[in-house]
Amino acid sequence: MTAPSEARPGFRVFAGRFRTDRAAVFGAVVAGLLVLLAVFAPVLTAIEGQDIASFHSDLVDSARGGVPLGPLGGISGQHWLGVEPQTGRDLFARIAQGAQISLLVAVCATVVQVFLGVTVGLAAGLGSKLVDTVLTRLADIALAFPVIIFSLALLTIVPDAFPRPLLLALVIGVLGWGGTARISRAQTLSLRTRDFVAAARLSGAGGFRIARREILPGLAAPVITYAALLLPTNVITEAALSFVGVGVRPPTSSWGQMLSTATTWFRSDVMYVLIPAVMVFLTVLSFTLVGEGVRVALDPRTTRLTRKAG
Amino acid sequence: MLGYAVRRVSGAVAVLLIMSAVVYVLFFLMPANPAQLVCGIKACTPDRLALISHSLGLDEPLYLQYWHFLVGLFAGRDYSTGPSIVHCAAPCLGYSFQYTEPVLQIIGERLPVSGSLVIGAAILWLSLGIGIGVLSALRRGRWLDHVVNAIVLGGLAVPIFITGLMALMIVCVWLQWMPFPTWVPFDEDPVLWAQNLVLPWIVLALTTMPVYVRMSRAGMLETLAEDHIRTARAYGLPERQVIGRHALRGALSPLITLAALDIAGILTSSVLTETVFGLPGLGQMTVQAVRNVDLPVVVGLVLLIGFVIVVCNTIADLLYAAVDKRVSVQ
Repeated sequence: MTAPSEARPGFRVFAGRFRTDRAAVFGAVVAGLLVLLAVFAPVLTAIEGQDIASFHSDLVDSARGGVPLGPLGGISGQHWLGVEPQTGRDLFARIAQGAQISLLVAVCATVVQVFLGVTVGLAAGLGSKLVDTVLTRLADIALAFPVIIFSLALLTIVPDAFPRPLLLALVIGVLGWGGTARISRAQTLSLRTRDFVAAARLSGAGGFRIARREILPGLAAPVITYAALLLPTNVITEAALSFVGVGVRPPTSSWGQMLSTATTWFRSDVMYVLIPAVMVFLTVLSFTLVGEGVRVALDPRTTRLTRKAG
Repeated sequence: MLGYAVRRVSGAVAVLLIMSAVVYVLFFLMPANPAQLVCGIKACTPDRLALISHSLGLDEPLYLQYWHFLVGLFAGRDYSTGPSIVHCAAPCLGYSFQYTEPVLQIIGERLPVSGSLVIGAAILWLSLGIGIGVLSALRRGRWLDHVVNAIVLGGLAVPIFITGLMALMIVCVWLQWMPFPTWVPFDEDPVLWAQNLVLPWIVLALTTMPVYVRMSRAGMLETLAEDHIRTARAYGLPERQVIGRHALRGALSPLITLAALDIAGILTSSVLTETVFGLPGLGQMTVQAVRNVDLPVVVGLVLLIGFVIVVCNTIADLLYAAVDKRVSVQ
């Protein structure tokens, strides 16, 4: 099952199924555009002719408390998404940087979650009964633990010198491995009774070798499926933490942080609320659609939406 | 069943002990100077710092500190605040030098707000979520099912702080159907209490509901395909009875666990809900405590929430075992 000659047609079947799923393709296109926005944020901002930090006090109406001049929050050829109220900083530049933060944190957190989850799941599934019981209990707690509250608490005691996006990714990742662990354990338990594992054991393979060579490849499909749905959840968590004020620190911008400032502006500057809100919505929706598509394409038995992932 | 219950409960106690130790070590021993954090950034004189340092027993060895904390939980403990000594009655979660009140008392003052929010929303999301899910399963493949599916997917993609902001913007600013929500205690004016909470309830319920719709729909479909349902139909039972008495029971038992976990986990979303709607509950208090770096309050809250979660988890498992006999036998 690991030979490359067999893996390739498997991938082709997967790609074929994914391509016929219109919602998933739409999600993939939007997600792709968002990734491009994040990767080329500085370039796009330069093309727009703006930068992230300059104040434009001439673009806001100081008589009305700093509301952007012009319709729709000051959207114009120079400022594609308008300007921030009060400071007049370019909104497109800040949204693009928000995309960088959002995707970077979410992807890194997912990697941490998958790594920890698979390790724990393998250990639980292959270890003794005691190891299994302890790890399963731990996973249950991790799964039920209020990530936001605990991160809030953790983020207070870590010094500001620690790079914030990395810290966010670590906190979200370290607290969120429970689901992956549960899935990996279940899959390991079912794989370990199979003949090819017994054959490997008889031929003298040790526990570590069995875990890596025999079990791990079999975990790929369910774990990838689950990880694809973890990613949008992590986007939400990052935005939520920034929203309550423990995310990245200004002057770095993030969507959650913008939404939190926007709460004081939604009487006077609607666009300032709508733009970051739409960005979060689009990101989460597109990645969820891709995740759903991956799930359906990898597991043809489940039809769309009939079962909760994990 | 009894053996299973004993095992589960003792497991929960062990988990709580480990968790409290981890939280305690993490928050009181990891920061370079916890007394500085407890003292706060504002108005911290060297005298106060030394006092707090002694009062928290930071000059004692590690295991003694944790021991005093545990003793405080069960028997209460005294904190000296300089001129006077404050007794923090059991269960003592700690003492906030910023509020000059025991942590549990501060939590108690905020609890009604979060409680009102959660209970009202839970009633809404359970009834609507299960109702829509079951209905959608019974109309499988028809337009209602497709509409529900689309809404569920959309609903999962919108975090509560966005739904909440949008609701405030549309209902309170554009349509001006109601003023911005404020907190009115139930015993002061029940009508105003409900009026102010309607919007937060709906928003919280809408964001929690999609998972319930999905799970009750999936559970219903699975149960409807089982043999005992076919048998019940073959006996000529009216469809109403087949669904109501036989299918629902099998379909909904997994939801018990989910609901118990969600009600505990709702404290998490209450942080966001209360921030959006400006309600002075536990969530808002957490955010404030974090901003003021009020360490005892933060630790107390984390421990309390962990406690609630472990208890809910255990209750859910026991309930589940009571509904589904296979669980305790395995």
